[in-house]
Amino acid sequence: MGVDIERNIVVTSIEKLVNWGRKYSVWPLTFGLACCALEFIVAGSATIDMARFGSEVARPSPRQADLMLVAGTLTKKMAPMVKRIYEQMAEPKWVIAFGSCACTGGIFKSYNVVQGVDQIIPVDVYVPGCPPRPESFLTALIKLQEKIEKETVKERKLITAP
Amino acid sequence: MISDKLDKIIKNFGTYIAAIKEEKGERTILVKPEAHKELLRFLRYDEEMSYDMLIDLCGVDYLGENPRFEVVYLLRSMRDGDRLRVKVRLNGEDEIETVSDLWRAADWLERETYDMFGIRFRNHPDLRRILLSDDFSGHPLRKDFPAEGFDFDKPFEVKLEEEI
Amino acid sequence: METTFMTINMGPQHPATHGVLRLLLELDGETIVKATPHIGYLHRGVEKLGETRTYHQALVFTDRLDYTNGLSNNLAYCLAIEKLADIEIPKRAQYIRVILCELQRIAAHLLWLGTHALDLGAMTVLFYAFREREKVLDIIEYITGARLTPSFMRIGGVARDVDSEFVKKVKEFVNEFPKRIDEYETLLTENIIWKKRTVGIGVISKEEAISYGVTGPVLRASGVYYDVRKAHPYSSYEDFDFFVPLGKNGDVYDRYLVRMQELRQSNRIISQAIEGIPEGPFKANAPQVVLPEKDDVQTDIAALIRQFKIAQGGFRPEKAEVYASVEAPKGELGFYIVSDGSEKPFRFRIRPPSFLNLSALPRMIEGQMVADVIATIGSIDIVLGEIDR
Ligand code: SF4
Repeated sequence: MGVDIERNIVVTSIEKLVNWGRKYSVWPLTFGLACCALEFIVAGSATIDMARFGSEVARPSPRQADLMLVAGTLTKKMAPMVKRIYEQMAEPKWVIAFGSCACTGGIFKSYNVVQGVDQIIPVDVYVPGCPPRPESFLTALIKLQEKIEKETVKERKLITAP
Repeated sequence: MISDKLDKIIKNFGTYIAAIKEEKGERTILVKPEAHKELLRFLRYDEEMSYDMLIDLCGVDYLGENPRFEVVYLLRSMRDGDRLRVKVRLNGEDEIETVSDLWRAADWLERETYDMFGIRFRNHPDLRRILLSDDFSGHPLRKDFPAEGFDFDKPFEVKLEEEI
Repeated sequence: METTFMTINMGPQHPATHGVLRLLLELDGETIVKATPHIGYLHRGVEKLGETRTYHQALVFTDRLDYTNGLSNNLAYCLAIEKLADIEIPKRAQYIRVILCELQRIAAHLLWLGTHALDLGAMTVLFYAFREREKVLDIIEYITGARLTPSFMRIGGVARDVDSEFVKKVKEFVNEFPKRIDEYETLLTENIIWKKRTVGIGVISKEEAISYGVTGPVLRASGVYYDVRKAHPYSSYEDFDFFVPLGKNGDVYDRYLVRMQELRQSNRIISQAIEGIPEGPFKANAPQVVLPEKDDVQTDIAALIRQFKIAQGGFRPEKAEVYASVEAPKGELGFYIVSDGSEKPFRFRIRPPSFLNLSALPRMIEGQMVADVIATIGSIDIVLGEIDR
């Protein structure tokens, strides 16, 4: 009863393994600000089904999520909350700015709208559109996965002290 | 019937009514600020009037004119479906008597008008900003407030508030 | 013995508040003593921005108010401007508008149904409702080119004509939809759990609802007969045969029943409109105000110049003020426009139905349990984009 060891062992670096694991288990935070959030809901429904990319576990609590999906207009009144929620998320964490408003403020060049979430938190992937189609969430997710794959331990610490 | 109502309003408030006009099928009464509360009370509670729904309340800023602010009330009678607009130009000060005791809807609408125009409603139970944050300075719907705000070209910084 | 009330904070980032609503609840045990909604987390300054654009340009802001309901918002705005500029809309355009608005109402109510049921633990309904909602959005997308924010209505008509393919799609949907409503109803209407969570919850009486300025299904669930489509008909609604469902008790369950009936009525209106859609132009004949047809713009230089001039330079209506409203899925959505004779609105006031409906929320939930808050918020069907503007 010889075990075929050769075919059952994969040699890889820790970094690759970790990135591979992270890549396919991006848990988004359900976090809707405005119109774009509706399209995000559709992304979870049967027609688009983001579960195919390992991202179906939308978490209502920031402490259990790794992906913050800012979908909608960020206002100055809301900005402190968004910042706090971002800080509550555990490392490693990523941010997708979903929709023109989240990217740049969109059509609202006004006194109470933050002109893009990147003014307060770092953004990894930008998705333009007003609103973007639900499919573009998948594109964004794949782009993010590509990005995660290339990350090195130095860039993104494996263990971070709170 | 609707003109009967108008007659009765004129009979009771004739001297306080600055103008009545009808354009595009909408009737507007411009009332002087001294009697605006009385008129609205009359419109609300009088048997014949019974304008029991306040559809909308908002301000308008006529910058450069004197008096500057105008408050617009849009009323509807559930009984006969008649809509009536009542407008009042404020006196020199930006203050007017609240109507939140006549219609509950006025509560939030007056807060909003205060927030946006800085018009103060006397005797309002809880006159605070409603849409903007408390530390916002200025009243954005005034005509001398730029649409982008005053600090548009500066980078935005968040102030993290303390937990409540 | 000394007792203190506990204060808890819900939101603004809370899944059951349907957006960025924040509620401060003062509790005595599990009973709510006082509820204070905090709004404004999505205040984008639309009323101010509207004053900085020409009449045609300001249209795009209206979709993004109540984003479940772009087309009715467009319509309310267009009606106001058309009243201001004295434009007569051709019958065909009016019918197209009615069809689209009722489709949008179905989509909006389905979204409400799905999320409201999800909040109360009935997850299956969400998938059922979204299945049909996607179909409606597909139809809307087919004709307008966008799912959520169509900006399809134009001052003076609609952006383009409908074709036979559209008519076919709508007919298919309309024939099938009543069966789907039956499906949702079998899941919920007589469901014991559903009734336990909704009957007698979040009650508001007739008089109070009127005083709070509540409109739409919430008002009608309290037994008040007020529907803008019947009371102040616009866009040919007087041509169609439909009735306005009313509730008796003004609780969460009655609001549910009213909306389910409204789905059926909307379906009836669409089927009448699609059968009776008249031939003719889809835009008013008012070259000073109305944008030229898109096809012409791409082939005819004169039309291109006119398009450019009207969209960028705008037109100048007379000095006047108008109010026009429609029955949006949430209630009476009105636009109060003051014109000073220039090409931009002098005052761009939106009468938001959800804003006033929400103002009655504390009245509805005081004295109830915490868990009922979720049911009540869901039943009011708020959209923050419109409350905060
Ligand atoms: S990008 Fe458009 S759809 Fe998205 S939140 Fe902004 S206005 Fe709404």
